[in-house]
Amino acid sequence: MNGSLATPEIVLALCGMGILLFGVLRRGDGGLICSMLTIGALLLAAVLVAGGAFGLAFEGQFLVDPMSVFSKFLILAAAILGVVLSLDYNAREGIGRFEFPVLMLFATLGMMVMVSAGNMMSLYLGIELQSLSIYVLAAFARDDVRSAEAGLKYFVLGALASGLLLYGITLVYGFSGSMDFAAIRQALSDPTRVSEGLIVGVVFVIAGFAFKVAAVPFHMWTPDVYEGAPSPVTAFLGTAPKVAAMVLFLRVMVGPFGHVLMQWQALIEIVSVASMILGALAAIGQSNIKRLMAYSSIGHMGYVLIGLACGNAAGLRGALVYLVVYVFMFLGTFAVILAMRRRGQAVETIADLAGLGRNDPALAMAMAVFMFSMAGIPPLSGFFGKLYVFLAAVQSGLWTLAIIGVLTSVVGAFYYLRIVKVMYFDAAREAFDRRPASLSVVAAATGLFTTFFFIAPAPVLDAAQAAARVLFG
Amino acid sequence: MIMMIAFYIFAAILLGSAALVVSARNPVHSVLFLILAFFNAAGLFLLAGAEFLAMILVIVYVGAVAVLFLFVVMMLDVNFAQLREGFQRYAPIGATVGLVLFAELAMVLGGWRVAPGITALRAAPMPAGMQNTAALGDLLYTHNILLFQLAGLVLLVAMIGAIVLTHRDRRTSRRQVIARQMARSVAETLELVAAPLGAGVAPGEFRRPKPLEEAAAPHPVAPHQGEGH
Repeated sequence: MNGSLATPEIVLALCGMGILLFGVLRRGDGGLICSMLTIGALLLAAVLVAGGAFGLAFEGQFLVDPMSVFSKFLILAAAILGVVLSLDYNAREGIGRFEFPVLMLFATLGMMVMVSAGNMMSLYLGIELQSLSIYVLAAFARDDVRSAEAGLKYFVLGALASGLLLYGITLVYGFSGSMDFAAIRQALSDPTRVSEGLIVGVVFVIAGFAFKVAAVPFHMWTPDVYEGAPSPVTAFLGTAPKVAAMVLFLRVMVGPFGHVLMQWQALIEIVSVASMILGALAAIGQSNIKRLMAYSSIGHMGYVLIGLACGNAAGLRGALVYLVVYVFMFLGTFAVILAMRRRGQAVETIADLAGLGRNDPALAMAMAVFMFSMAGIPPLSGFFGKLYVFLAAVQSGLWTLAIIGVLTSVVGAFYYLRIVKVMYFDAAREAFDRRPASLSVVAAATGLFTTFFFIAPAPVLDAAQAAARVLFG
Repeated sequence: MIMMIAFYIFAAILLGSAALVVSARNPVHSVLFLILAFFNAAGLFLLAGAEFLAMILVIVYVGAVAVLFLFVVMMLDVNFAQLREGFQRYAPIGATVGLVLFAELAMVLGGWRVAPGITALRAAPMPAGMQNTAALGDLLYTHNILLFQLAGLVLLVAMIGAIVLTHRDRRTSRRQVIARQMARSVAETLELVAAPLGAGVAPGEFRRPKPLEEAAAPHPVAPHQGEGH
């Protein structure tokens, strides 16, 4: 047993409990201090992740490899930016309680366990730790009906998805004889061991994951939850958990179920195409920008799934690069959405953005960068995300996916560009309130990443390449 | 021989009390018979060598669940006679459903086939020279320590969530402030009245202890009415 491999997780858990105790004993408003402590704990965890070794721990239940390290960095970055985004919003909306950052920390811990899972049981517990924290976060503004509704909806549907996942896991366990990823892979390398029951189990596992990454046809909860949850929670919910669930999805499909690729490839293709099409078409009619972002994220997950459908190292690399790019675009867009306040009141319709180009050129510039990037216009980062995924699809002969992907990005460009048009060319409205420094920092950081990704994409590409190679090594 | 006798005694009382659970008129008696059934089941587990299960059954089911049942039954004023009103009328339907379920059960049992290596497999989970409590502990705290701790964290998050979403610090809540309790002096709380012989204290003469001055309260919780502490 080599428990020291889990040092970042253990330290993060201890920090979380420490911050919780501190917040309880402090008596009074400890939201800000606890947020700062949480950011500190997450940074500490990132340092520990960077210094960790690779290997298996806890009898194979926990593994550290380039893929898990890569995704942990991404998850921690998203979590830190998420906490920063919540600082000002929570204080203004009166939900700045100390449990907020603590729950975010535990959700992050759950995600780190997810991407390090080497066993179906640690996978499930990681997912539950993450989901349970986020159910509570979604309902955190408990006096707001929409937030309570979002939390309840997410909880009920999430519980259903967990049930599907568990059912799939039991079938896989029953037919392969093991919970361990490596052992399942070993068992399935023998084609005679692959029975119908096992395939049914794999399908249920896919359904569970598709819910967690909000891919069609398990996307129904997304628009309501994204719209109802407090905006910083939506920013967090749309990034870090998606990364964790998607990385887990990639790992489980390619690892334990790698030998039955022929059985699940078509399924992933269908889910991917349906997500891309729905993401492109359903977003057109939206007037609420958070709802629009929900459909947009469904579409993005469709593009990431193209990488999985390829079922090779190039596809996986494309998917991982896309996730990196997506996280920063999405968080940046939410920094702008959080800055949308008039007379202390948060506004969230697209029409409210009118005149932003004149009232606040810097913010409008950032938003335009994110929108162009999401539409996939070079040389912004979103273009490269799509490029590597489509390239992998073409190399694997999945022409249909690549063509549908290109077509849906053209359709999607319509509603992204409409936002730019509203900001710069529509009749100006009253200016927004002065934006707090925390939002400016996040918008600037993510904006710079999105804009200048093309100058030095090598580190991200190499890390993704190394991560993808692990699963096919 | 003694094991056999003990087994039949436990089994007979278990079946008898189980039958009484469903047939007793008084719901409180039903719950008490349920507790008796639990105790006998625990005895059977002991005979089978599963002492950990026996302990858990007594501690969790008898100690917590059954007592909770008892409280619920005693507190809720459920009229069971009224609930049983249509019993005669619906008995045929109930009997049919029961018969169908019984037939299904019989079919399942009829198709039961025992795998050849099952006896070896059944014996495998118990490591040699280890009692089953130790074996379970070994499994939980040594082999699956990561999962055990993660499950603990999930429960912690559930607790935080329940508090975050439901707890409200109401202005009327009466929380205990020990410092204030200690600071009370006899003069504030007690008044000695010399009552004349043969006559009680007249209503106007007796003064209820006056509450501590609210302004001195160190926290925003509202004035405590009456003897809240």
